[in-house]
Amino acid sequence: MKIDLTNTTSSKINAALMEARRASGSTAAGMVLTLVIVTDEGSAYDALKAANDASREHPMRTLAVIKRAGRSPRARAETRLDAEILVGSDAGSGETVVLRMHGELASHAQSVVLPLLLPDAPTVVWWPDNAPLHPAQDPLGALAQRRITDAVTAESPVGQLSQLAESYTPGDTDLAWTRITGWRSMLAAALDQRPSHIVSAVVEGESYNPSVELLGLWLTNRLHAPVERVVTGGPGITAVRLRTKDGDITLDRPDGLMGTLSMPGSPDRQVALKRRETSELIAEELRRLDPDDIYATAVRTPVERLHEPTNAETAAAERVAHAVAEAAATEAAAEAPVANPARVTADSAEKSPAKRTAGKRAAKGNA
Amino acid sequence: MSTDFPELTPETDADDLPAAPVNPLRDPSDRRLPRIAGPSGLVIFGVTGDLSRKKLMPAIYDLANRGLLPPGFSLVGFARREWDDEDFAKEVHDAVRDHARTPFREEVWQQLAKGMRFVHGTFDDDDAFDKLRETIEELDKAQGTGGNFAFYLSVPPKFFPTVVQQLKKHGLADPPQGSWRRAVIEKPFGHDLESAQELNKVVHEVFPRDEVFRIDHYLGKETVQNILALRFANQMFEPIWNRSYVDHVQITMAEDIGIGGRAGYYDGIGSARDVIQNHLLQLMALTAIEEPASFHPKALVAEKLKVLSAVKLPADLGRHTVRGQYAAGWQGGEEVAGYLDEDGIDPESKTDTYAAIKLEINNRRWAGVPFYLRTGKRLGRRVTEIAVVFQRAPYLPFDSYATEELGQNALVIRVQPDEGVTVRFGSKVPGTSFEVRDVTMDFAYGESFTESSPEAYERLILDVLLGDANLFPRHQEVELSWQILDPIEKYWDTHGKPAQYAAGTWGPVEADEMLARDGRSWRRP
Repeated sequence: MKIDLTNTTSSKINAALMEARRASGSTAAGMVLTLVIVTDEGSAYDALKAANDASREHPMRTLAVIKRAGRSPRARAETRLDAEILVGSDAGSGETVVLRMHGELASHAQSVVLPLLLPDAPTVVWWPDNAPLHPAQDPLGALAQRRITDAVTAESPVGQLSQLAESYTPGDTDLAWTRITGWRSMLAAALDQRPSHIVSAVVEGESYNPSVELLGLWLTNRLHAPVERVVTGGPGITAVRLRTKDGDITLDRPDGLMGTLSMPGSPDRQVALKRRETSELIAEELRRLDPDDIYATAVRTPVERLHEPTNAETAAAERVAHAVAEAAATEAAAEAPVANPARVTADSAEKSPAKRTAGKRAAKGNA
Repeated sequence: MSTDFPELTPETDADDLPAAPVNPLRDPSDRRLPRIAGPSGLVIFGVTGDLSRKKLMPAIYDLANRGLLPPGFSLVGFARREWDDEDFAKEVHDAVRDHARTPFREEVWQQLAKGMRFVHGTFDDDDAFDKLRETIEELDKAQGTGGNFAFYLSVPPKFFPTVVQQLKKHGLADPPQGSWRRAVIEKPFGHDLESAQELNKVVHEVFPRDEVFRIDHYLGKETVQNILALRFANQMFEPIWNRSYVDHVQITMAEDIGIGGRAGYYDGIGSARDVIQNHLLQLMALTAIEEPASFHPKALVAEKLKVLSAVKLPADLGRHTVRGQYAAGWQGGEEVAGYLDEDGIDPESKTDTYAAIKLEINNRRWAGVPFYLRTGKRLGRRVTEIAVVFQRAPYLPFDSYATEELGQNALVIRVQPDEGVTVRFGSKVPGTSFEVRDVTMDFAYGESFTESSPEAYERLILDVLLGDANLFPRHQEVELSWQILDPIEKYWDTHGKPAQYAAGTWGPVEADEMLARDGRSWRRP
């Protein structure tokens, strides 16, 4: 069911919602939270679609705030609220209200949103892009227990991390962090299986992807060991290596789909490590609404703590020890002559994990 | 009472390093990271059976899809059929496609399929068990399962001794250094105290007590786990959860189906042994237990044992227990046969398809509060629920006609289907006269947590792999339950015959009379 209200107010919207619910025989009792999406016409469709899918796990009221300040002075002068109400099968399992705010109202969005929040239930604000500099101090952000941003959409994604760290308030979270949950749990499981002291670590992934940095910062924090950041062609994160005395624990995912976990003394194993849809990320975010301290610690660690691959000599010396165990791989090195010092890009050796490692090894040796 | 709760750290001034290695990537406050089982594999005996196809295989896929299985997880099927690994993988594939809860994803399937093996043979075939051992050793090498294997005995209980002995004989029950071997068994856990003890002996001879997991899939249900959350995470229910406010408790598990093709298993066992002994007594224990000191398995089992050992049977079993058999009738618009006319049933059979019993719990909290337990086949509809019925208000300041339609307040935990909690209380009927009528307030899982409820078997299989025994009845619980039920079964054996009830109704008249004698009546679930 779809109801259009033009030039309306929050109380009229509330009345229409109640009417619509009565007509369809459902109640608001089951809804567990209010999700406020702050976006523009361009991103609204994708964001609402993701929220709709996520609402299957979390029945919720979705309020999409679309600001239309207007381009001409005439348009700016006219203040108006238009609402589009979707309930029943059109709105996943919950209800959706798209709020279009014209003119000066665009800068007073919280006055429209506040009366539409579900009683008692928590509120979450999500900026699919164009997040405010300080989410918790934003008038809409201040209404929420949880504020979701997405650093990937920023002008300088990696630089955005320091902005996030500076403005961090408990309850803030970023989808760049959500995207690495799969990697983090697989790495933690790997260390569960083989408790070992990590000497250092390497994260490899595409540039302009703050998830790679966040993963590196998290590892820096937890392992108290130096972490190198290597730029590859992606997609996303392509590999993580944890160096131990006995050899590397490597989680390698060249195709964004299937990962290979290799540990010293164990056969290589495949793990499904798919890059997830936005709706799945949002669903994960909505599962816990308490402050994420682990994220806070990771994002507050300065990015400068991550090293570019350096010190080829020590690295090479360390590798000699592994070379015995991985004789096969070293053989492969011979046929992968790469000389691209310091930064290794993925196009150098994309064929097989073994070759890629070998290629990098050769490169470092040459450097 | 046993005092071997988690040992406290001994007070020493030596700053020894902790013995257990700490995983630096884990942090209790990092709740995004799921509990992933360690390297391990599962061997299913009777893998061609219904349970395995409809529940176990889909549950394993769903676990993998949620990222909760370790990399290299392996699944070994053991059955008589002459399959090779590919046939087996195909069978699992079809089972997953038809019954899995989560959508099918090729990459997850690829990860799982790599670790699938099939061993064919009978349970007394030494060669087959040798082959099984080789398979397991091969998996340790190829998949890195680390010697950790759980053996799921999805076979009729008469084969338990053979399988368990074979596992022992071929060294499969002895874990290599630093790994584990676990046994998973399904109900029935015997048919009386003696046989249950016998079964426990057989299994414990081969597997240590802590490594035996008894599956009561009811305990894996979210709604059942929620009983503990409802009672011990909230403040508003516990103060009234006792004899001062509770009038009685009704626990019902009703099925609308008949015995179907299970005649061979069911005849001679009956509904009380099939359902009351395990599911209903467990539900009763969870409804009645005191707050455990922690959710450590030992703490929880200690409380459950206390409740079960405080159970008192009625003095006159004839007046306070009822058994019945469904007669021919109409069930939901279909004409169905009576129990005695079902294929493979002795027309003289005295097996009960309906049982209702009254129990009391002799402790300070519950003394004098009856717990009515009932179960049956071919009843009105399929439903399982726990109804805590409260006493009437001691004084009603209204005219008597105003409260004529006011019943007793009740809190109903709907275990299945339509999982949720209902609260019934009186409310004024709108209008000029003052009239009070019962209304309900409702919490439905489907509304507040759609799609996120995992199947019971997912949770239980994961717990087996993690070694978490909280949701599995221990052998003492099983034996105590038989101690409660045995006298009733003995009484029934020597007194009369089951009462007949028409299929599709809520049981025999005798059951209604049994409650009427106490001045109460059954809720219609």
